[in-house]
Amino acid sequence: MSASLFIEQLLNGVQFGVMLFLISAGLTLVFGIMNLINLAHGALYMTGAFLAAAFIKITGNFFLAAVLAMALTALTGAAMEWIVLRKFYGRDHLDQVLATFGLILVFNDLVRLIWGVVPVQLRLPGPFSGSVPLMLDVQYPAFRLLILAVGLLVALGLYLVVVHTRIGMWIRAGASNRPMASALGVDVGLVFSLVFAAGAALAGLAGLMAGAISSVQVGMGEPVLILALVVTVIGGIGSIRGAFIAALMIGIVDTFGRVLLPPALGSMVIFMLMAVILAFRPKGLFPVHA
Amino acid sequence: MQAAAPQPRPLLEVKGLQKRFSGIVATNNLSLDVRAGETHALIGPNGAGKTTLIAQLQGELSPDAGEIWLNGRDITREPAHRRAHLGIARSFQITSVFPQFTVLANVALAVQAQAGHGFKFFREAWKDPALTAPAREAIERIGLSHRAETHAEDLSHGERRQLELAMALAMKPKLLLLDEPMAGMGRQDGQRMTKILQGLKQTYAILIVEHDMDAVFALADRISVLVAGAAIATGTADSIRNDPAVKAAYLGHGS
Amino acid sequence: MPDISKHAASPPAAVLAASWPILVLLAALALVPALSAAVDNPFLIRLFTRVVIFAIVAAALNFVLGFGALVSLMHAAFFGIGAYVVAIFAFHDFDGSPLWIFPGTSNLAVTIPLAVVLTGLAAALTGVVSLRTSGAYFIMITLAFNQMLFYFFVALQKYGGDDGLQILSNLDFAGLNISKRVTFFYVSLGVLAASLLFFGRLVNSRFGVILRAAAQNERRVIALGISPLRYKLAAFVISGAVTGLAGALWATGQQFVSPSDLSWVRSADFVVMAVLGGMARVWGPVLGALVIVLLEALLPGLTLYWQLPFGLIVILIVVYLQGGLADLFGKMRPAAGGGH
Ligand SMILES: Nc1ncnc2c1ncn2[C@@H]1O[C@H](COP(=O)(O)OP(=O)(O)O)[C@@H](O)[C@H]1O
Ligand SMILES: [Mg+2]
Repeated sequence: MSASLFIEQLLNGVQFGVMLFLISAGLTLVFGIMNLINLAHGALYMTGAFLAAAFIKITGNFFLAAVLAMALTALTGAAMEWIVLRKFYGRDHLDQVLATFGLILVFNDLVRLIWGVVPVQLRLPGPFSGSVPLMLDVQYPAFRLLILAVGLLVALGLYLVVVHTRIGMWIRAGASNRPMASALGVDVGLVFSLVFAAGAALAGLAGLMAGAISSVQVGMGEPVLILALVVTVIGGIGSIRGAFIAALMIGIVDTFGRVLLPPALGSMVIFMLMAVILAFRPKGLFPVHA
Repeated sequence: MQAAAPQPRPLLEVKGLQKRFSGIVATNNLSLDVRAGETHALIGPNGAGKTTLIAQLQGELSPDAGEIWLNGRDITREPAHRRAHLGIARSFQITSVFPQFTVLANVALAVQAQAGHGFKFFREAWKDPALTAPAREAIERIGLSHRAETHAEDLSHGERRQLELAMALAMKPKLLLLDEPMAGMGRQDGQRMTKILQGLKQTYAILIVEHDMDAVFALADRISVLVAGAAIATGTADSIRNDPAVKAAYLGHGS
Repeated sequence: MPDISKHAASPPAAVLAASWPILVLLAALALVPALSAAVDNPFLIRLFTRVVIFAIVAAALNFVLGFGALVSLMHAAFFGIGAYVVAIFAFHDFDGSPLWIFPGTSNLAVTIPLAVVLTGLAAALTGVVSLRTSGAYFIMITLAFNQMLFYFFVALQKYGGDDGLQILSNLDFAGLNISKRVTFFYVSLGVLAASLLFFGRLVNSRFGVILRAAAQNERRVIALGISPLRYKLAAFVISGAVTGLAGALWATGQQFVSPSDLSWVRSADFVVMAVLGGMARVWGPVLGALVIVLLEALLPGLTLYWQLPFGLIVILIVVYLQGGLADLFGKMRPAAGGGH
C-alpha cells in the first residue's frame, strides 16, 4: 500500500469513525442512564437525512437545512421518547427490543409514505463539493474533511459538556448510579429527555452527512445502528470516552479491512474484533457500572 | 494421603482474610475457625462485614489476601460451584430461591446439583425418585411438607427462609453458612426456626450470622464478634457476654 | 409444556389435557394439503409450508428464549447457514466442481445432517463469546454476529452474493423425491412435530431444569454447585442446530437462498413469533409463527405500507400481551421466570 493510499484510507477510517461516534453517543448515554436498548436510534439517523433533503429543497442552503433538520430530528426523538419509550424504562430488555423493533418498521413506512422509495441525492454545499490537495499529491474530498472536522468538534464539545458542566455531572451520575442520582435531587426524567433529544440530533447530523456522501434512502439506519451497537458494546455501555475510542477503532479497522482483506473476511473483521475484545473484557473497554 | 494429626484440624480455617471495596475495608485480616459439629455464631453491627465474609467462604467473592481451608484443603481459589461439591452450602441473607418452581422442584434441583449428572436430556427430572425422594426428606426435616407443591413465589417470607434451609440440607453439606436465617421473621416463626436449627446442630458444622441474641445464645457453641471487618473476640457465650471490648464495641449500642 | 407442580404428579391424561391445543393445531395443519387441493390453490400449501418451517425456528428459539431467558437476535443467521449448506453443496453438484476437497451433492441425507452439524458448530463458536456476557450485552452481541454472518454471505460472490443462489440440481433424500409440494409439506410438519416432542422432553429433563433455574436465579444455581455456562452453551447449540435444520428445509422447499434469509429483521421476526405465541409453553411459538406468517402474507395485499400496521401490532403485543396467545388456553407462569 502506497503512502498516499494509506493516508487517504486512514482519513476515510477516521471520518467513518467520528460519524459512528455521533450515532453512538446518544445510544450509549441513553442506555447507560435509563438502561434502555433503543434499536430505533437508527431511524433517527434516517430521519435526519430525509429532513435535510427536504429542507435543502425548500431553503436551497445546505447549512441552514442541516441545522433545521437537526432541530426537527431532536423533536422527533423527544416525541418518540414521550409517546413510546417512556413506557419501557422499567421493562426488561426483551420488551424494549421488540417495541423499538416495531418503531423501526413504523418509521420506515412513514418515511416511505412521505418521501417515497427512490433514494435521494443531497447536493453538496458549493465550497465543499470539490477536492482539496493534501500533502504527497493526495487529493481528498473537501466534504469528507468537513465531516471529520465537525465530528471531532462535536466530540470535543460533548467531552467538555459531560466532564465540565453541571448537566454533565448529572448525566454521569445518572449513568453510573441512577437511584443515587435521584436521591441527590437530580431530575433524572428531565435529564434523560434532554439527553435523548441531543442524541437524536447527533444521530440526525450523522445521517445527513452520510446521506451527502452516499445517498438518502429508507432503511439506511439499520446497518449503521448495528455498528453503533458494536461501538457501544466495545466501548462499555454508558461511556462517552469508550464510545469515542471504539468508534475510531471500528472506523479505521473496517476501512482497512475492506481494502486489505478478501471481501468475505474484510466485512467480518470488526465483528471479530468485537468478539476478541469481549472475550477478554465482557463489559467493554471502559465499563461504567461497577 | 495425610497422616492423621494428633489434634483434629478444624473443618473450616480462615487465615488472615482481607477484602476491600473501593475504600472500604470489609474484611480486615480476619482469622476464624469452625470445628466439625460446632455451631459458630457470627455477630456484629450492620456493615461489619458478615455477609462479605460468608460470600468469600462460599466463593461468590474472592478475597484480596488470606486463605480459606476446608477439611485440610486450601480452597481459596476454588470457584463457588466447586466449593458446593466440597460441602459448603449457603443460605442467603436476602432470600434466594427459584420463584417459578415449586418447593419440591427447588429442593430437587439442590439434590440434582449435588448428584451431578446435569446432562441428562430425556427423563423427566421431577418424576425421578432419585431426586424427589431425598428432596421430600429434606422438606420434611424443616417442616414444609404441606407446601411441597406450592410455587416458591407464593410462599410466605418465613416459609421461603425454610425453603432456603431445605435446599442447603439437600446438598448434603459438611458446613452450613446461614446468613441471618431469621431476618424479617415474626417471633413465632423465629422460634420455630431456632427449633429446627437446634435439630440440625451436631449433624452439621454451622456458621450462622444472627442478630437475635436469644437465638444466638440458645444455638451457638462459640461466638465470634465482628467489628469493622475484624474479629475482635471469639469464645463461648459467657466469655463473650463478659468481654469488655465486646461490650464497648457492640453490645453497648442497642441490643 | 405444562407446569411443574401439576406435571410432577400428573397422569398421561393430564399431559394430554394440557397440550391439546397443539395437537389440534398440528391436526389442522395436516389437513392443509387436502384443503389446498379442494380449493385448487397451490399458494395455500406454500404459505403453510412457510408457517411450519418458521414454527420450527420459533420453537427452537424459544427453547433458549423462553426457558433460558437468552434473547438471541442471531437465529436468522443459523437459519441461513443451514440453508446455504444445502444450496452450496447442490451448487457444486450441479456445477461438477469440488467444494475444496469435497464433491458436491444433492443428497439431502448427507447435506441436512451436515447443515445441522455446521450450524451447531457456528452456535458453539458464537455462543462461547456471547454467553460470557449477559443481559443487554448478549442481545447486542448476537445481533452483531447476525450481521457479521449476513455480510459473510453477501461477500460470497461465487454463490451469488447479494442476489442469492438458485438450486438448479434435483434435491433428493437418499434417492427419495421429497421436493414434491405435498410430500415436502408433510416432511416439514413431521420435523415440527418431532421438534416439539424433543423440546418438550428437554425442558423437563435435568438439563432443562438447570437451564430454567439459571434463567430465574443464576447466583443460586452456582451456590448449589452448578456452573451454568456449559448448560447455556449446550442449549444454545441445540437451539442453533435445530434452527439450521429448519434452514436446510427452507432451502429445499424454496430451491433458493439469499442473504436476506439471514437478515437481522428476520431474527427479530422470530423473537416476535415466540413472544406473541407465548414463551411459557414449548408449543406457544407455533401459534406465533402462524399468526405472523399469515399477517405478513395478508397485510401487503391490503396496503402498500403494511409495515406500519405490522410495527404498531408488534408494539401493542409488547404492551398488552404479556403471556402470549397461548394464554388464551389457560394462564401459565413464565417458564424461565426472568423479568416480566
Ligand atoms: N459489592 C460491594 N461493593 C462495595 N461495598 C460493599 C459491597 N458489599 C458490601 N460492601 C460494604 O462492605 C461493608 C460490609 O458489608 P456487609 O458484609 O454486607 O455487612 P454485614 O453483613 O455485616 O451487615 C459495608 O460497608 C458495605 O457497604
Ligand atoms: Mg449482612
